[in-house]
Amino acid sequence: MADVWAWFADPLEFEFMRRALLAVALVGIVSAVVGAFVVVRGMAFIGDALAHSSFAGVAAAFALGASIYLGAIVAAVATALGIAYISQRARLRFDTAIGVLFAGAFALGIVIVSRQDNYTVDLFSFMFGNVLGVSWNDLALMAAIGALVVGLIAVFYKELLFIAYDSTVATAAGIPTRPLEYGLLALIALSTVVALQAVGIVLVIAMLVTPAATAGLLVRRLHHVIFLGVAVALVSAVVGLYVSYHASVASGASIVLVATALFAVALLLAPRRGVVARWRVDRARRNDLAKALP
Amino acid sequence: MATDVRTQAPATSAVAVSDLWAGYDGEPALEGVSFELPQGSLVGLAGPNGSGKSTLLKAVLGLVRPWRGRIELFGDRIDAVRQRVGYAPQAELVDWDFPATVGDVVMMGRYGRIGLLRRPRAADREAVGRALAQVGLESLAERQIGELSGGQQRRMLIARGLAQEADLLLLDEPMVGLDATTQHALLALFEALRGQGKTLLVATHDLSCVAACFDLALLLNRRLVAFGAPGEVFKPEILNEAFAEHLLLIPTEGGVFVGHHGHG
Repeated sequence: MADVWAWFADPLEFEFMRRALLAVALVGIVSAVVGAFVVVRGMAFIGDALAHSSFAGVAAAFALGASIYLGAIVAAVATALGIAYISQRARLRFDTAIGVLFAGAFALGIVIVSRQDNYTVDLFSFMFGNVLGVSWNDLALMAAIGALVVGLIAVFYKELLFIAYDSTVATAAGIPTRPLEYGLLALIALSTVVALQAVGIVLVIAMLVTPAATAGLLVRRLHHVIFLGVAVALVSAVVGLYVSYHASVASGASIVLVATALFAVALLLAPRRGVVARWRVDRARRNDLAKALP
Repeated sequence: MATDVRTQAPATSAVAVSDLWAGYDGEPALEGVSFELPQGSLVGLAGPNGSGKSTLLKAVLGLVRPWRGRIELFGDRIDAVRQRVGYAPQAELVDWDFPATVGDVVMMGRYGRIGLLRRPRAADREAVGRALAQVGLESLAERQIGELSGGQQRRMLIARGLAQEADLLLLDEPMVGLDATTQHALLALFEALRGQGKTLLVATHDLSCVAACFDLALLLNRRLVAFGAPGEVFKPEILNEAFAEHLLLIPTEGGVFVGHHGHG
């Protein structure tokens, strides 16, 4: 019993661990709320693209000595709006517009970085995450952006729900669909920025998609998906961070692996949509059929 | 030339379309379509695939901007009367895996009236309850939409328009994929709604259904081929023009057998 307590309590003696816990909890909440919309609208590729394109902003800010968060926000939001604009104006397929812009922005980031002499440590922490390096200032900024994102989704929840379900009918019913769709993309962009330093550009997509997808297997209304997704994300974030501390492994990857494990359990055991439940239904049907036949 | 076989012009039109041209990427889908639908009528919008049925519905809803022509609903522009117009899309285009209950989806019909920054109130929940009762789904409000049968799906999409308190309902292919019993139940619902003074414009490629149960038939093949009572519209020479290569016409005793080539 004392060992279990120590497992949880000991790391908290370090301030960097207390900050890291707050940071991953914050990332979990914001990512899961936004992620519910990403999952039901099938926008996983967009989330990944926005995280990657923010690298251009991070690199530019680093080169100019400006705030790295500011750079990431500008790059991610500009890419989000660019994707929406190009796909509407040029009548390109959405995923084509995403592919072009995200690769272009990421390449721009690499070009900027390759001109720098002393970039490696800081920029690598953005690629793969370094939650232990989060400062109180970073945390305050993450909390402010996160509060803005979650607050706007709460305010426009019913319209976002309608548009996510059927944007054509929502437009016909007088919902201002286009500004809200642009807005949602901007909020996804901001939420990837919140998650950048904690889990890294490469793994941001997992924080957006995995908790919400896990919840989607278990509950059947969008606001329940959001609440359960937040719970899954919080458990993944906290357990993952402790595992990374005790096992000395990378924190972002550790958090994502816990979330992935929770998803696998839900996929297997979900009451109606799980693999086992479906197998049982199929077997029952086969048995009924076998009995009905002579 | 369109063959207009109407006997008299309606007093107040639910829908008045004149010389409507619309299309996509420079390709016309509708060419000079004109018609007026009287309020309280049950209208079948028929035509082969690609004849512009969905485009016409979307133009009426203001979702497709016309190249030319005028559309008036209840004597006004769509933006002024949007809440009086309900729309049920093709069921195949709806995401039935979406995490929502029947009650959630029907409540969406209220969102336009509720407006931004406000939450549904008791009056909205009552309107949803009434709409569900009208279509016979009151016991399924808590049901996940993915668990509905085909007929229940169509009823839910219509109930959303009713919760909106729409006077004009535009339904895109509500009969597709339903068995005969379910189709008849849905037609009975259409007739009940017409009895309440609602106007229904129903896109379908099931001509026998339009012929049997609808007040007016609107036959479309990019142009308006014919418009009027089904008995007057469904004549071999007119159907031949609309369906050219799509339809099988077999003259029989006292009428014409109508059937599709392939799966239409």
